[in-house]
Amino acid sequence: MPTLQELEEIVVQVRRDIVRMVHKVNSGHPGGSLGCTEFFVALYYEVMEQKRTFSMDGIGEDIFFLSNGHISPVYYSVLARKGYFPIEELNTFRLLDSRLQGHPTTHEGLPGVRISSGSLGQGMSVAIGAALAKKLNADDHLIYSLHGDGELQEGQNWEAIMYAGSKKVDNLIATIDRNGQQIDGATEDVMSLGDLGAKFKVFGWDVIELKEGNNVDAIIKTMKEAKSRTGKGKPVCIIMHTVMGHGVDFMMHTHAWHGKAPNDEQLATALAQNTETLGDY
Amino acid sequence: MKKYIDQGKKDTRSGYGAGMTELGRSNPKVVALCADLVGSLKIEQFIEENPERFFQVGIAEANMMGIAAGLTVGGYIPFTGTFANFSTGRVYDQIRQSIAYSGKNVKICASHAGLTLGEDGATHQILEDIGMMKMLPGMTVINTCDFNQTKAATLAIAEHKGPVYLRFGRPKVPNFTAPDQDFEIGKAVILSEGTDVTIAATGHLVWEALVAAEALETRGISAEVINIHTIKPLDEKTLLDSIRKTGCVVTAEEHNFLGGLGESVARTLTQHYPAPQEFVATRDTFGESGTADQLMKKYGLDNKAIEKAVSQVLERKK
Repeated sequence: MPTLQELEEIVVQVRRDIVRMVHKVNSGHPGGSLGCTEFFVALYYEVMEQKRTFSMDGIGEDIFFLSNGHISPVYYSVLARKGYFPIEELNTFRLLDSRLQGHPTTHEGLPGVRISSGSLGQGMSVAIGAALAKKLNADDHLIYSLHGDGELQEGQNWEAIMYAGSKKVDNLIATIDRNGQQIDGATEDVMSLGDLGAKFKVFGWDVIELKEGNNVDAIIKTMKEAKSRTGKGKPVCIIMHTVMGHGVDFMMHTHAWHGKAPNDEQLATALAQNTETLGDY
Repeated sequence: MKKYIDQGKKDTRSGYGAGMTELGRSNPKVVALCADLVGSLKIEQFIEENPERFFQVGIAEANMMGIAAGLTVGGYIPFTGTFANFSTGRVYDQIRQSIAYSGKNVKICASHAGLTLGEDGATHQILEDIGMMKMLPGMTVINTCDFNQTKAATLAIAEHKGPVYLRFGRPKVPNFTAPDQDFEIGKAVILSEGTDVTIAATGHLVWEALVAAEALETRGISAEVINIHTIKPLDEKTLLDSIRKTGCVVTAEEHNFLGGLGESVARTLTQHYPAPQEFVATRDTFGESGTADQLMKKYGLDNKAIEKAVSQVLERKK
């Protein structure tokens, strides 16, 4: 198991990967990616049980689904750093003939990805299906998923949230990236989600608020707590409060960097704030 | 011409139910999902025998498609069940991204397709579903003609790897194909050989095509009737071999003439063997309330309409 300091070094390297990938092709989504970097590192390096070789069925291991597929840079970086595919392949992000499509897909056979996502609001249903398959297979491993908060404006989520609560899908831990931002501005202004925790609760979920969603240690502790609450008749939801753009000061606390790449000067600033740890790809 | 005997009218959806019962017993990987229409899809027996392999999702079709996609991760073969309208138009993007683009082995099984749904009217009578589904890369599209064939197709698609759209209907219609037949996806079936005109029909229109061919025979016209149960991939060879012989074709389907079987056949002809074609299909219209028979007559989808189309296409062939 890596130490907390090692995990924090990985976080810094993943941040570098994110801004470099997005800068190179002058497109992609750095804001949400940076906001969830600590989550991805904690999940893949500490929380999830994974097998050494990737198989689509994921039998005998934990499985993760990314619903808000636009934060593909952080997903790709962590999958590559974790050994699912060569780190150099991050160079191909969003380029023609790449397995690293703008939004994640199974279509090009990228190891680590089990569903295509990008059109929002579909991942919760998929995660539930995989959780039901785990139960049928008598496989006691868990399903993890990540969803944007703005994404919860899509109605399919509420069909899924109702189903999981009603049918007691208690081997699922769904995390909501509560960064409070979406393309057109603050989620509160675009369409308020109100008391999100209360909403999940009345749909029959066990809800944990994670105030420090950019703190690796806090994320790990919360995920372990969530794990301990599985198998008790309720799906578990973590409302993870994050700062969009975290770790790059000029990208923080704004929706401006949702889907915008830094220019050369901005890239230099971002990299200066995150000095190389594991080695750039 | 070869004669077919109606073994007793049955609904195609009961063929689906019978197929699911058999799959429940023979294939432990098959799971069924339904969006509050168990009785309509005739899957009560499957549920009774395999309660742990059935998922009632309620009136939430989008979620059903996503759950089905997720169930494939873990090795299951999900069969979703609801009306054709709610199986396609309502959930197009869910099918597109989570099933088709993701390459998931989901079987989308759709009853109450087309006008023969009847009295519920146009809100439920989808006539665009074949078009929507055939445009999705990698999607297999099947529209069966009777009880026996629907049962056989249900069994066959479980063995096929990849997403499938299986379309069937509500009313009791003649059951005339062989019980326990082999169903080969993508292989058209020549029901009756002929020399003057090819009638390429799918779904409920196949029986109507046979009735029309019999009437045409009394007028001295020899029609070759082909059952196109698989619209995608289309059996172009069987079609072209027939049309090279007859020189013209009538396509017949319970679907809009935009986007359906007829357009697939027309594209094949344009590319390989341009020949006159007439379309028995709805003409860019919604349906309405009425009995199945009344609607098929009013919208020109019965055997009389096929006969008329044959007369027209023969005129153009001259």
